[in-house]
Amino acid sequence: MAEQEEALGRSAPVIEPGHTFATVTDKISSIVLTRPTSKSWIVGFTVGFALTMMMLFAIGYLVVRGTGIWGINIPIGWGFAIVNFVWWIGIGHAGTLISAILLLLRQSWRNSINRFAEAMTLFAVMAAGIFPLIHTGRPWLAYWMFPYPNTMGYWPQFRSPLIWDVFAVSTYFTISLVFWFIGLIPDLATLRDRSHNRFAKIIYGILALGWRGSARHWHRYETAYLLLGGLATPLVLSVHTVVSFDFAIAIVPGWHTTIFPPYFVAGAIYSGFAMVMMLAIPIRKIYNLEDFITDRHLQNSAKVMLATGWIVAYGYGMEAFMGWYSGNKFDSFLLWNRLHGPYAVWYWALLICNIGIPQALAFRKMRTSPLWLWLISLVVLVGMWLERFIIVVVSLHRDFVTSSWGMYYPTKWDWMTYIGTMGMFLAAIFLFVRILPMISIFEMRTLLPEAEVKE
Amino acid sequence: MSAHEKHQHPVYGLMAEFASAQDLIEAANRTREAGYKKIDAYSPFPIEGMAEAIGFHKNGVPLVVLIGGIVGGLTGYALQYWIATMAYPVNVGGKPFHSWPSFIIVTFEMTILFAGLSAVLGMLALNGLPMPYHPVFNVPRFALASKDRFFLIIFASDAKYDAAGTRQFLEGFHPRSLSEVPS
Repeated sequence: MAEQEEALGRSAPVIEPGHTFATVTDKISSIVLTRPTSKSWIVGFTVGFALTMMMLFAIGYLVVRGTGIWGINIPIGWGFAIVNFVWWIGIGHAGTLISAILLLLRQSWRNSINRFAEAMTLFAVMAAGIFPLIHTGRPWLAYWMFPYPNTMGYWPQFRSPLIWDVFAVSTYFTISLVFWFIGLIPDLATLRDRSHNRFAKIIYGILALGWRGSARHWHRYETAYLLLGGLATPLVLSVHTVVSFDFAIAIVPGWHTTIFPPYFVAGAIYSGFAMVMMLAIPIRKIYNLEDFITDRHLQNSAKVMLATGWIVAYGYGMEAFMGWYSGNKFDSFLLWNRLHGPYAVWYWALLICNIGIPQALAFRKMRTSPLWLWLISLVVLVGMWLERFIIVVVSLHRDFVTSSWGMYYPTKWDWMTYIGTMGMFLAAIFLFVRILPMISIFEMRTLLPEAEVKE
Repeated sequence: MSAHEKHQHPVYGLMAEFASAQDLIEAANRTREAGYKKIDAYSPFPIEGMAEAIGFHKNGVPLVVLIGGIVGGLTGYALQYWIATMAYPVNVGGKPFHSWPSFIIVTFEMTILFAGLSAVLGMLALNGLPMPYHPVFNVPRFALASKDRFFLIIFASDAKYDAAGTRQFLEGFHPRSLSEVPS
């Protein structure tokens, strides 16, 4: 039995032995309450903040000059804005998968990474939301997409996938936010009771809503939390499905396929877990959290990446197969164009990043080495970005009529906006780890042996 | 609580502190069995069976969520139906105005949105939160209820409550500390 566990990589504990309620509480809350702000934190936050300012500058210039400053044109009207939107929103999906789906499946190892992953979801969705907003060209009129009585006598068109997207993404953000917040309430009460700084006590006290850990409260709390998990599960699967409908409902070759919803969802989780690894590996090192984010977490996440990577590979295979099997000349041309056209080098890079290199995760040595995991995660994130680039740009640049073919070249404004959102994401993550407990303290307590109650 | 009642119950209750979840749940079970009805337990994490131990069975959250979900779904569909057929009918490629398959997604999202917000707001409302002040916070040791200690309270409003007798009863559990909670 022990050997089998060892072979499955389950031997690593979820929490290192020797911890008690008090040590778990102290260790996690001290990061927020007593630990001095380190130099590396200041440097990291400053970089993130500076890039955020660059993004705001790029957006400011966009508002003044219009979307002509970007590389988009006709036929490639979508460009970076939609590529980045899909990439970011996909990254967010891992957070909800960890917090909701693994909750329903009773995977208790999720307890030490869910808070952190949910925060990542929120920041990723914020970064994602910027892109369609500024891509509209007149972001100050974006509220026209919501149904509200207005003097123009106008209402949104509910047969359009773009309106479905507005509803899916805004619901996703709202539910992720409240899910994250109610998860935080008991921990905010812990911070309220433990902080010595009067200002912090008041702020945490207000946010904790007067939580006192009553048995009645816990009972309703757990029901609400479980129901939210149950609601968030179909929601997260629906969000990337709806995003894929933005493409699949159109008749453009390369977009009009039924494989898109499952393949988009798998790709989202794939890139999301890669982002979780990218962040968790350095953070557990910097804050000495190896006791809580153990090798078990890294291994499990690597396995999820491996499995979702295979689903993504199947999606690519099916796309290629349908290009040949459908006998449709536009579909076959699309396949040829991907493999040999002007963007072929990126298609091959995508195959290497998403299918080739991540197969290394099949080896346990790779799954247990934080450095290799971090590098493979980086490769997957690049690969998933390339996937969206291929889907958006290569499909649009050569469609049915040769006279309307074109090429897409991103400008510096495209890059500044994209890199700027990464800075915003980074700055938000840095702020989060500094002012809120990045690991759910009360859920960690439930994992300790002393929490067990005999009937 | 009126001034008259306040005079009747100068204390809010008696609170016993325990070092483990096991001690708390055993004490709560025996307190309930002894006939005390108005009791509560406080712990730094949810304990399975704790709600039953203090005799709490009514949990309104699932019903609130169900109603929220139904209202959300109906609102979403009705909104789209009304807009597409009455308020702003647009002929798209000769498709019927009531093109219901297109309305499923927004109906679904509204169901989840309303149900999810009902879960959160319903849970908070039923729990009476936010409540910045509560008498139990007057006990200095109660700050540990969010760390590693477990508390059982018998409210002074309980019919069986009697300052000396209840104190003696709680002392029988050998608690870590026993405090009177001022009202």
